[in-house]
Formats: sequence, structure tokens, C-alpha cells
Amino acid sequence: MMCRTAQNPDAEPDLNAADAAFTSMLEDSAEDLYEQAPCGYLSTLMDGTIAKINSTLLEWLGLERPQVVGRMRFPDLLTVGGKLYHETHFAPTLQMEGEASGVALDIKIAGGQRMPVLVTSRVKTGESGEPMLIRTTVFDARDRRAYEKELLRSRQAAEEARRQAEADRDRLQEALAVLQQSLLPAQLPCIPGLEAAAHYHTASPDLLGGDFYDLFSLETGRWAFFLGDVCGKGPQAAAVTSLTRYTLRAAALHDADPVTVLTTLNTVLHERYTSGDTRYCTAIFGTLHPGDGHVEVHLASGGHPSALIQRADGSADYLPTPGGMLVGVLPKVQFTAARTRLSPGDTLLLYTDGLTEARTGPHRELYGEDALRAFAAGRPPAGPQALISALTGLIAGFGDGLDDDTALLALGVPALLPTTLPTRASEDLR
Amino acid sequence: MDIRSRNNVTVTGRAEGPVLLLAHGFGCDQNMWRLVLPALAETYQVVLFDYVGSGRADAAAWDERRYSSLEGYALDVLEVCEELDLRDVAFVGHSVSAMVGVLAAAKAPQRFSRLVMVAPSPRYIDDEGYRGGFSADDIDELLEFLESNYLGWSAAMAPVIMGNEDRPELGEELTASFCASDPDMARVFARTTFLSDSREDLKTVAVPTLILDCQQDMIAPPQVGAFVHAAIPGSRLVTLEATGHCPQLSAPGATAAAITSFLGSTG
Repeated sequence: MMCRTAQNPDAEPDLNAADAAFTSMLEDSAEDLYEQAPCGYLSTLMDGTIAKINSTLLEWLGLERPQVVGRMRFPDLLTVGGKLYHETHFAPTLQMEGEASGVALDIKIAGGQRMPVLVTSRVKTGESGEPMLIRTTVFDARDRRAYEKELLRSRQAAEEARRQAEADRDRLQEALAVLQQSLLPAQLPCIPGLEAAAHYHTASPDLLGGDFYDLFSLETGRWAFFLGDVCGKGPQAAAVTSLTRYTLRAAALHDADPVTVLTTLNTVLHERYTSGDTRYCTAIFGTLHPGDGHVEVHLASGGHPSALIQRADGSADYLPTPGGMLVGVLPKVQFTAARTRLSPGDTLLLYTDGLTEARTGPHRELYGEDALRAFAAGRPPAGPQALISALTGLIAGFGDGLDDDTALLALGVPALLPTTLPTRASEDLR
Repeated sequence: MDIRSRNNVTVTGRAEGPVLLLAHGFGCDQNMWRLVLPALAETYQVVLFDYVGSGRADAAAWDERRYSSLEGYALDVLEVCEELDLRDVAFVGHSVSAMVGVLAAAKAPQRFSRLVMVAPSPRYIDDEGYRGGFSADDIDELLEFLESNYLGWSAAMAPVIMGNEDRPELGEELTASFCASDPDMARVFARTTFLSDSREDLKTVAVPTLILDCQQDMIAPPQVGAFVHAAIPGSRLVTLEATGHCPQLSAPGATAAAITSFLGSTG
């Protein structure tokens, strides 16, 4: 075997010989590289007059060298729109920055056609920095421009689709908001000797909630209230909510006994949603009989969480309504009634399970009914408005731990002076 | 709204000198005046600004309806004048801005004392008995190029757009691309510019006026300069030995000298 290291001193001449061989094989020269380059070359004076141009570009243009050199300016090669772009963007950039690169323009080529090109120009300066001439390369961009046009079209289409989608969404949200508002009283009525406050928390502005409440007059001196939760969300739930709300109001005018009213609702819902699409709700319905400095409450529950009473002495306890069945599932049902008396300073709170089923803390535990009772007991008994405000703050603190709609309705007898101030339902429809 | 930052207003030059308000045309921004600025700043207090939709003006102030007519741009000029309480202003407007200056001076004649129109054209599209040099199709083609060239620009600007406030050198890149602007805004400005017809407005000019045009300018060719000159009685026409539409870049010395000489003789 030969020792190759011995030949190393001779390696360099071999390489030079190979280089020369390649060069002669390619018959390439600087001149040929310029003239036959795969892109157009031209050099112009500072005013754009063409001083030098390569064969490739002349071929594209379909012009002879004598027609161009010294006779035409670079912008003369462009279409009119391209000239406008050249004068307003390209030339100023070149003059200010000494370079303008990758600019899309069209040149007028043989046969009256136009050819998309990408133009890059650079100013050559003299030794003292004075501009002497402009060197320009012109790349064939026919394929690329077609691709870019397609991109642009796609972008415009996407932009248009986005605009349309936004408009649709706005319209839909507006419709949803109107519909949602129709499910709740805009304002609670003023009731002599009674204070009322409510709050509705919407978990998602895109989804109609299924919670509802109301407070309304029956006949002279008597009032009715209800609060409930329809299973599910969205338009179907909203339809049930609407049916429920107006059935409860109408039934209450006919016979306001709470168990009777809920039984009527059960019949209506069960009849309406028998064919496989079972829709039901839980609700508490009750009546208020204001007396001398107090209010008698008579209510019934259909599968709904018990009402909570915050007493004037600072205690808080549930008003149990065990065994009440869901409303609308079965043809025959039993509802549980309960009575209580609200004295001055007492507040009755009705709520939906969005509140008690909120997730709290690092382990995302259920907030729960015990915590709610403790919360109410831990607040000074300052009436419905104060309790609703405190609970609104509590809800806000849950953040994304509260992912369901939540309705709150508080009714109470003012501790000191009877008030007939209007109380406004507060909503945080985000 | 703070007009100074909205229009990226720059005040430079001799503090006690007469006020020169330089207004850029369609395409670039106030940097267009960079080469004539040193000469003008010796004598004048020079105020520069970018129209909303151009350069480094506040893009949030863009209002497509307002800037779809030259009056909207004239309002920018007037609001800058009010904000700085400029009086006895010599207004120098390049290209379409020459016409914006005419509109502004007609609205608030008490603020303007002289008008310099650099490469002006009151109408770009040919009309009966008038040759502006362009057809409506030409303008559509320009709008296409604005779109095409935005593609490349957006790629170069992506780092800036994506928010690199901790890298100020990217801000310098943005300055370097002084002819780059949002294509939606540029399209509106282009359309407003090239579809405008301000020939009637030329009759309202009541201050000494200098028209500066170039020997070879395809956007504002010599016959258009002559038209403007004839429409404004008493105006002075100076044709610069310059090629292209931006003599303040291609012949800054001659441009500054012509402006200074005119203002000196009419001051």
C-alpha cells in the first residue's frame, strides 16, 4: 500500500489544475456571467438613465441595446402603476437609504405583455461617499407573484370571513341579551314594609342561562316570589325558563297556594316535554303576607336547595323543605311546603346551586351549603341589599371556580324604618 | 387627544425664525425633507409632521372616513397649527400636500402667509381639456403594488409588530423603512390622492405662492405645473433641473435655495 502522506506536497497543483479544467469546461467569464445571468442586470445614472443592461433583461423586454442605453430611464421599463409606485416609494427609499430591496413591480415585456418582477437596487458611491450610479437586479417573479396573489386573496377572504363572523356574533349576542333580559324582571317592585334585592351572574355571555327569579303582586297586600333553575343551558333551557316563568305567574294569579302553583307547573312541563325530551326544573315558589311590622312567608320547594334565613340576631339557618321532587319529570308529584315569619332585620335568601357548587381553594372543593350558612352568619344582619352585595363580592372572588349561572333573591323586613325605596335588580351580564 | 404625538410633530431650526411647515405627500413621511432640512433650519423654525396613516403618526387615530377626503388631511394641518398656535406660516407641501395646503389656507386664512407647492398636481386623471397623465386603471394598478409590496414589508416588520419593546434597534429598522405604511391606510391615501380633483380650489389661493416642478416628473409633468401656475394669479413658477417626483431628494440644494429665495423676496 502506498503511503498517501508522501504525496501531499503535490496536492495543491492538482487542485488548481482541476479548477482551471472546470472553468474552461464551463466557458464562463465575468462578462458571460453578467450578460447571461438568470436575472436582469442594469446600471443607471442617478437620474435613472440606463447606462448598462444585460442580455437577459433585454430579451425579456424585447428591446435592442441601442434603443435602451442612454435613451431610456429605468421607470420607462415599468407599467404606469409601477411607475407611480416607483416615484412614490421606490425612488425615495433608494435616495434616502441607498438601497431598496425585493420590491414587487411589473415590467413591460415583448408583445405588450407585462411581467411581474422583484427589483433590488443599490446606490454605488464614490470614495468620498457621493452617489455615482444605481445598480439594479431584476428577478423573474411570475410564479411567485401568482402565489402571492393567491395568498393575498386568501387573506382578504379570511378577513372578510372574520368581519362577517364578528358581525354575526354581535347580532347573536344582542339577541341573546334581549332574550335573557325577558327571562328576568328588569326591576323588582317596591313593596311597602319589605326590602328586596336580586343578582344574576352569567357564567358565559354566549349561553343563555337557565336560572330565573321573579317578585310580583298578587292582589292588594299580597305578593308572590319564585326562584329556580332549569336543567341545561342554551336556547332549549331558555324556552323552558320562559314557559316556567309565565306559567308560575299565571298559576299564582289563579290560586297562589305554593304547592298548587308548583303542581300546575309540573303538569305543564310534563305535558309539554313528554316525548323523550324531558325538561325539568327545580324551584321555590312562595307568597308574602306583610303584617304589622313583619311578613308571613309561605313557600314550597320542588327539588330546590333550601332557602336560607339570616335573622336579626345574627344567626343564619336553612328553612328545610325536604323531599320536594323535581318539577316536570313525573306526572304525579309531591312538593314540600314550609312557613316562616320575617321580623324586622330578618332576610330570606333564595339562590341557585351555582353558588353552592362553586369550586374554591387550591383543591377546588365545593363551596357547599355549610359555608354559605357560615358566610351569612358571619355578616351583620343589614338587610337584603347588603347581603346581596356581600354575596356578589363572594361570587367575584370565586373567579373561574364559578362556571354556572347563579341567581340570588333576598327578601327582608327592614330593621328600623319601613322603606318603600325602589330596589333595582343588579345583573353582571359580562 | 395629543396632536403632537398623534401627528409625530417635530419642531427644529431657528427658534425665533419665521415658521415653515413642511408637509409630506403620499408614499413616505416627514423624513422626505431630511436633505433640505439643514439649509432651511438655518433661517426658519421648521415644523414637520406625519399625516395620520403615514410614518410614525398614531395609527389608532386612523378614521377611514375622515382620511378619504383631502379635507381630512387639511384638518390634520389645521390641528397641528392650532396645537402649536402657529401664525404667519409658510406652508410647503409636497405632491398632494400642496393641495392639502390650499384647502387648509382657505379654511384658516389668518394662519398662512405663503404657499410653496412642490411638484403639485390638482388632478392626476385625464379629463376633457385637461391632461393629468393617468387613467383610473393606472391608479388601480398602483393599489395592487401597495398590496404586493406589503407582503415583503410585513415579513421584515414582524419582529416589531410582535412587540420587542426591549429591543430598541428594531425601532430603528422601522424608521429606516420610512416609505412603509399600513397597506389599508396607504390604499385610502392613494385613492384619495389620485382620484382627487382640486382644480377649482386653486382659485381660492390668496397668498403669495411658489410652484416648484421638475423637468422630468411623470406624476406632475410640466403641463400640470403650468396649469397650476396659470390658475393662481401672481404665482411664481420655478422648474428645477431635476428628474423624478421628489426634488427635495434628487436636488435638495436647488430645492432649498428656491424656497429660501422665494420666502426672502416675499417676506
